Amino acid sequence: MKHRTFFWFILPTLSAMILFIALPIVSVFVQSLFVAHEQVLVVSESCGPFGCTPTTSVDLEATEKLREEAPLGRFNGLGTYFNRSHLAIAEIGEAWASSDSLGAFWSQIYNLPFYNALIFTLTYTFVVTPAVLVLGLAIAVGVNNLPRALKGPSIFVSLLPFLVTPLVGSLILFWMVDGDGVIGATIQKIFNDPSLSLKASTALTWIMLIVYGIWHTLPFSFITFYAGLQTVPDDTLEAAQIDGASKWQTMIHVVVPHLMPLVSFVTLMLIMDNLRVFEPIVSFSAEAHARSLSWVIFNDLRESGNPLYASAGATSLLTIIIVIFLMMPVLVRTWRDFTRKSH
Amino acid sequence: MFLKKLTAAGAFAGLMGTAAFAADCGPEGQSIRILASDFPAIHAVAGAAEANCASGAAEFTRNHTTEARQIMNAALTPNPAEYTSVIVANSTLTQLMNDGLVRPLNDLVEKYGQNIPENLLISIDGNIMAVAFMANSQHLFSRKDLLEKAGVAEVPSTYAEMIDAAKSIRDAGIMEYPVVMNMKTGWNVGESFNLAFMAHGGEFFKPGTAEPSVNSPAGVAALETLKGLVEYAHPDHLTQASNETQGLWEAGQAALGIMWGSRGAPILDDEGSTAEITSNTVLTAAPSVEEGGVPGATLWWDGFTIASNVSDEEAEATFAALASALNKEMVMANNDDAVWLLDGFTPGAAAEGVSATAKAGAKPYPMIPQIGLMHNALGAELADFLKGDESAEQALADVEAAYITAAKEAGFLQ
Repeated sequence: MKHRTFFWFILPTLSAMILFIALPIVSVFVQSLFVAHEQVLVVSESCGPFGCTPTTSVDLEATEKLREEAPLGRFNGLGTYFNRSHLAIAEIGEAWASSDSLGAFWSQIYNLPFYNALIFTLTYTFVVTPAVLVLGLAIAVGVNNLPRALKGPSIFVSLLPFLVTPLVGSLILFWMVDGDGVIGATIQKIFNDPSLSLKASTALTWIMLIVYGIWHTLPFSFITFYAGLQTVPDDTLEAAQIDGASKWQTMIHVVVPHLMPLVSFVTLMLIMDNLRVFEPIVSFSAEAHARSLSWVIFNDLRESGNPLYASAGATSLLTIIIVIFLMMPVLVRTWRDFTRKSH
Repeated sequence: MFLKKLTAAGAFAGLMGTAAFAADCGPEGQSIRILASDFPAIHAVAGAAEANCASGAAEFTRNHTTEARQIMNAALTPNPAEYTSVIVANSTLTQLMNDGLVRPLNDLVEKYGQNIPENLLISIDGNIMAVAFMANSQHLFSRKDLLEKAGVAEVPSTYAEMIDAAKSIRDAGIMEYPVVMNMKTGWNVGESFNLAFMAHGGEFFKPGTAEPSVNSPAGVAALETLKGLVEYAHPDHLTQASNETQGLWEAGQAALGIMWGSRGAPILDDEGSTAEITSNTVLTAAPSVEEGGVPGATLWWDGFTIASNVSDEEAEATFAALASALNKEMVMANNDDAVWLLDGFTPGAAAEGVSATAKAGAKPYPMIPQIGLMHNALGAELADFLKGDESAEQALADVEAAYITAAKEAGFLQ
């Protein structure tokens, strides 16, 4: 394709991407550089059904004037990125100086909101992604080897978890793991401990969220690999058989290399998906034990009355940077394959 | 229940018939658009306003949603605003006032507010910003049969008595986890801290400033009180909010609870529970630290406001319609739906807890512009202490640090 033709061909997609992806990210970045104006507080008397009390309120005229002069707020540079809610440079320095052991330092880091959320998010991503890749491939191979009549129904059943809306799916599971629910009560019975609660322990909550994550995303990798398996050439499989390869050897040396481009694709999607884990935390009411980066953004925007746009923007951009960082190995690999093929 | 609903509907229809021409609805042909939360008492007020004044208005719409707090600032910012009135509570009024989205009501009160008692006018520095009509607060729910069975003679009135009573119930083998409280991480656990903090005489901020002062002896004492109580609460307490605690109570799995007054009526009615539980549930004032001290509760009011960014005529018609709803007939028809602050209210069993709490001198939830940020910091940072991972001092230091970071970004601190 000529460059000129290619340009016209890609133009609609490109402009949509700029409009809906690039510009919003730039806007979020710009907003993250500013913080709100000084709120001019005045002390006044407030009265109501329960009597009068002296109280502070915002001096609207003074604040409005400041806002009109600079609608974006006060320029704060990268200040928001380095404050306690984000990278917390000063706090880490202090923790390093004041803690006498690595364990104490670690627990101080874990106490900072951004790192706390980051640790859970990364753990979730690094456990769920490989588990879903391996299990998805295993199920795809299993289904592929089923007799014809059983294939349809088993594909349908395997896809079910994907059809359930995440919020609803996790809410149902949340009720099931309750002490009075079917899973929770069974576990209590197995371990003979009536006070055992999946919701009250940090470790068990993490396991619950991770198991839910695997259950929910498994159909995606399964169906992709299943489609890929249909394209494995029979000649190569037969050749492997004639050479005396066992089923396992055929799998590792023929099928998996053939599916490698798909593995890259699924890995990319899973990393992006898992890094923005959010719904199960809300549905499981797991905030006491596990918070993710997306949950931190949600909390900044929603819970405090005044939405903290700079904070939410900074966390969003840090998340994007982490996503790019994590996807780098896969991207580099894809790029190498691409350049090798085109020569 | 069916009969009760029927008579209520009948009374309401009668009211619609009589009041429709009696009410002064202000300028005719205006558009009245109300945004409000979604619970029966609010429906009663907004519904009565609609019944009285919809016929004279060009448009009368009501949006009842639990998300009212989340959308109201955005909805009132454009000119003209999406709604002419928002029905708010103490905490949400400041959220609107911080952005200057509600107007002073002094002239409207003079014109249409003859029936509104002086103490229902929420005024800040002489400007009336809202008109309250009902009250709410947390208080103690007890099961007197279980207390008796455990040998506790009186309903607890202090935190220490409450903890002792819980211990007696557990030791008597009646229940392993007799206490329920709304401790769900986030807003609820922050509010539970506020209750104990108020009882211990704490101040959230250094007077007249936005500097935090929760990391104080009162703060530590409040956390110790909470810890003492949740010792007797179900291990899942950090996931339980009002719906869950009400459910536990109605299922007979709790003997002592600190819950919202607005849950009194649903708990005492004949739905969702057994007669044994409802007949033995008593509602009393929230516990205090010492006998006769400040109860561990925050008083709340619900009331209506009028948007800034609407025409004066729309504002007038909206105010007149809502003011017309605050009458004896509306209260009598919906007596048990709320603790009404209006004439004609006969406090029933469900209102006893809130009345007793208010009488004992509970403080209102602070109406301070930066309280939302503090509440959010408390909600996010206290879980570590309650899980037992952190000392009280460390948790409160984290709260202050998180609050200061947010307050700097919001412009309350430099």
